[in-house]
Amino acid sequence: MRFTKDHEWVEVDGDVATIGITAYAADQLGDVVFVETPALGKNVKKGDGLAVVESVKAASDVYAPVTGEVVAANAGLADTPETVNQSPEADGWFAKLKLADPAELDGLMDRHAYEAFLATL
Amino acid sequence: MSMLNVGRPSRPEAAPGGGHQTLTGGRGLLQDEGLIFEMDGWDKTGVDLPEPDLGAEDLGDLIRQAPIGLPGLSEPEALRHYVRLSQKNHAIDLAIYPLGSCTMKHNPRLNEKMARLPGFADIHPLQPVSTAQGALELMETLAHWLKTLTGMPAVALSPKAGAHGELCGLLAIRAAHEARGDARKRVLVPTSAHGTNPATAAFVGYAVEEIAQTADGRVDVADLAAKLGPDVAAIMVTNPNTCGLFEREIVEIARLTHAAGAYFYCDGANFNAIVGKVRPADLGVDAMHINLHKTFSTPHGGGGPGAGPVVLSAELARFAPAPWVTHGPDGLGLSEHAEGEAGASFGRLCAFHGQMGMYVRALSYMMSHGSDGLRQVAEDAVLNANYVKARLSGVMTAPFDGPCMHEALFDDDWLEGTGVTTLDFAKAMIDEGFHPMTMYFPLVVHGAMLIEPTETESRAEIDRFCEALLALAAAAKAGEVDRFKAAPMCAPLRRLDETLAARKPRLRWRPPEPVLAAAE
Amino acid sequence: MRYLPLTAEDRARMLGVIGAPDIDALFADVPVSAQLSGPVDLPAHMGELEVERALSAMARRNRTAGEGPFFCGAGAYRHHVPASVDHIIQRSEFLTSYTPYQPEIAQGTLQYLYEFQTQVAALTGMEAANASMYDGSTAAAEAVMMAHRITRRPRAILSGGLHPHYAETIATLAHVAGVEIVRQAAAVDAEADVVSAIDGETACVVVQTPNVFGTASDVTAIADAAHAAGALLIVVTTEAVSLGLLKSPGEMGADIVAAEGQSIGAGLNFGGPYVGLFATREKFVRQMPGRLTGETVDADGRRGFVLTLSTREQHIRREKATSNICTNSGLCALAFTIHLSLLGETGLRRLAALNHARARRLAASLGEVPAVSVLTRRFFNEIAVGLPAPAAEVVETLAGQGVIAGVPFSRLAPDAGMDQVLLLAATETTTEGDIAVLTSALKGALA
Repeated sequence: MRFTKDHEWVEVDGDVATIGITAYAADQLGDVVFVETPALGKNVKKGDGLAVVESVKAASDVYAPVTGEVVAANAGLADTPETVNQSPEADGWFAKLKLADPAELDGLMDRHAYEAFLATL
Repeated sequence: MSMLNVGRPSRPEAAPGGGHQTLTGGRGLLQDEGLIFEMDGWDKTGVDLPEPDLGAEDLGDLIRQAPIGLPGLSEPEALRHYVRLSQKNHAIDLAIYPLGSCTMKHNPRLNEKMARLPGFADIHPLQPVSTAQGALELMETLAHWLKTLTGMPAVALSPKAGAHGELCGLLAIRAAHEARGDARKRVLVPTSAHGTNPATAAFVGYAVEEIAQTADGRVDVADLAAKLGPDVAAIMVTNPNTCGLFEREIVEIARLTHAAGAYFYCDGANFNAIVGKVRPADLGVDAMHINLHKTFSTPHGGGGPGAGPVVLSAELARFAPAPWVTHGPDGLGLSEHAEGEAGASFGRLCAFHGQMGMYVRALSYMMSHGSDGLRQVAEDAVLNANYVKARLSGVMTAPFDGPCMHEALFDDDWLEGTGVTTLDFAKAMIDEGFHPMTMYFPLVVHGAMLIEPTETESRAEIDRFCEALLALAAAAKAGEVDRFKAAPMCAPLRRLDETLAARKPRLRWRPPEPVLAAAE
Repeated sequence: MRYLPLTAEDRARMLGVIGAPDIDALFADVPVSAQLSGPVDLPAHMGELEVERALSAMARRNRTAGEGPFFCGAGAYRHHVPASVDHIIQRSEFLTSYTPYQPEIAQGTLQYLYEFQTQVAALTGMEAANASMYDGSTAAAEAVMMAHRITRRPRAILSGGLHPHYAETIATLAHVAGVEIVRQAAAVDAEADVVSAIDGETACVVVQTPNVFGTASDVTAIADAAHAAGALLIVVTTEAVSLGLLKSPGEMGADIVAAEGQSIGAGLNFGGPYVGLFATREKFVRQMPGRLTGETVDADGRRGFVLTLSTREQHIRREKATSNICTNSGLCALAFTIHLSLLGETGLRRLAALNHARARRLAASLGEVPAVSVLTRRFFNEIAVGLPAPAAEVVETLAGQGVIAGVPFSRLAPDAGMDQVLLLAATETTTEGDIAVLTSALKGALA
């Protein structure tokens, strides 16, 4: 699993990347009440807006950590947005992208580096 | 992920319960009042109407056959229902509403009496103008007062609220640039701006860019200068700003903006601090909305109606929305269509002429205070806010030093280590009988607390308020965390689960099945 | 001064606590060039008596609707509001309260807004309604924006029976939102014409019923046509009382309803403040502008109400909000809900039936004047008539005789080529005598 400074995580299996927000981000956000996931087939560049996650008092953009095409979106979040709070780094995933450029992953942090980064905040 | 405004607890945490439990839920003067849909009044009516002497057979299958699902109440039941609901509301008439930038001043009852004169209340916007000369005279008189107080040559009266006024101002600005073939793309907004500013700018089609803030809470003029360019349409600046501070460099800010061919839109929400003391025209403002429900005392009514007339510079005046009052040989008239002389107008913002009921109230207020009284309003508003700041400064921390204008801003540094958040502190204020101040706004200050007392609070009332805050602050520092986490305990309800409301929205009553399926 | 509690002693004492020598020290940040040395050139303060005299003099120069025969409609209607409505809305806790951002001490406001939302949904036949908009015209404009967001299509078709002021308001917003507006020609009875204009680029069609000429229509076929093309149907109603007699927009397939609620609870007030009603389908709720109240529970499990789905709104979403709206029409929504609670379904149906009966009488009486042709065939409480002379002149002549005969269509749309069309409304406040005086005056003016 790799991480961004904007608190997104990426888990890669073959050429498909699963993306979500980290436990830290979910905790900062508070109770998640709604997630706006991207449409299938949408092409996103690294850094583009991928999804929007809402709590009662905040709405935050989730950015694509890598470039790719949306091949799946977590439809279950529509009924149970609380999954993002309960299992942010597993069941609370937002979308899956077919990777355009696997080399982009090299620029991302591993968990150790991400935790060190969190300590500076 | 962008941390846009950190989420706060939106669900009550487990906390010790409230005190004495009654048997039926009633509490002293308060009844547990249900919804009108739960009172079994489906066939009842509290209005006596005669039988129609003709039927509706001419309408055939257009007639509504299915039940609508609206209960009725007799007059005694209606009075009781609504009076019981009213008991669960805080109000200016009960105690201070120290909400920053809301200007919760006293709502004079003379305003209500004047607005209800049949000559104002029982006239139709489209009756012949020859039969409504007094109404047009009132609109012109209000316009004159607004123009004189702001120093601006023109005013668009029709916007129905402050945000509607912002829309009006930006539409005029956009029209002005289009008219000279100089369409622009960006609007600059300080980081401390009220949400309606970027929302309005984005709606009108501009990209919104933020201007940095200096360490003393004001617009960073160097940053502004760097960001201005030939593609900037306007800046939107509140003055005094949302931190309660007067922008000392405002004249330079206006000069730079104009030099770049852009316009200066001023959010007039904080006009109460300077009314009668400073004219926005003298600061270089091109357009400014005025919240009649803030500075000019029209009632907030639980959230509306408001009114947001927009004063305009000479350059922008010709783009103003229809309608406006005209002067002719036969008396006053209305220019209602964007054609001929009115050809540059950007069009209509709403049907009819605007919030006449609020114009009457505002003018009644202005005439009551007069130019001397309005000047005193600004002075007392600024005095009251500084007094609050002085009394609380020993205990509560403020992000910016020095005097404020009409509102005092604090942060939550002083609560560090107590386990009590700004939210908890606010809920404990409710138990002490006070409505909390504005919390978490402006966004640029952590755990912000923005207090605007207004000029209609007496010194005794402000002292009561400050003493309550000081007592609570002491309790927080003494470690009485439960008092804050469990608050409020004395209000009609305890903390509400906003998470549940957002996850499972229930926006209307629905009958328990299967009764009255048609009500869905 | 009666609204300023501070005394000279208070001010002196407070300056001492602050540590400022005088009040001007607190205005030191104002550029010297902008500091006014004294009050601006406007009258000095006045006591209540003087203010009353001045404003009453202005009020007396207006001819009120209640003074004599009165037939103006065209988007604002004269109805009788029960005495208790105005008393209740003037209670301190309703009049002087703020937006319910602290729900624990605003359950009064939140509960009545929840009841209002339920009433509006029931009345319009829709699944969900918001806590009110500024008025019907801005509600209609926001509805078009909403349809554009949902369908992501660029065009809105406005029917020829839509109130011209509503069409203009929609156009103002559409111009900057990149939505193309197609306005069909004004016509008494041509709602069905929108169907042939619908295509794959259509976000929505906007149809008014009863329309500005008074025509009541069944828009089901229009709804079907719109849906078949992937477009939305927005139904506009400017006379809320009509929903007590006519089939609801929801029943006819509307996706969004934008209506003017002024008829229930609010007086004419020369155009405002009014109250916009906004309702839609459950699936579109997150795209709705304006405030929403929702049900929840408190820490003790007791039912309560809160503002909800706030992330749609400007104070959170800022530049990505569904709209820039901050206020609703609070007190007018309260007046609406109280009046409608007093009426109940029984009372509303009777009130609507009464309005229709009066309009039938009006149409019958005018139909007997040879020079007048009644143009509206199926109506609720408003009709359009054709005159042999410009309607504006006729109205002016009759006004001189103390009869307010209605609204000339040319006042709403001077370029529509319908200068001889007059719009007249009759409500439960219209008497047989009023109709007789109007008819006789018209005969005289057109002779």
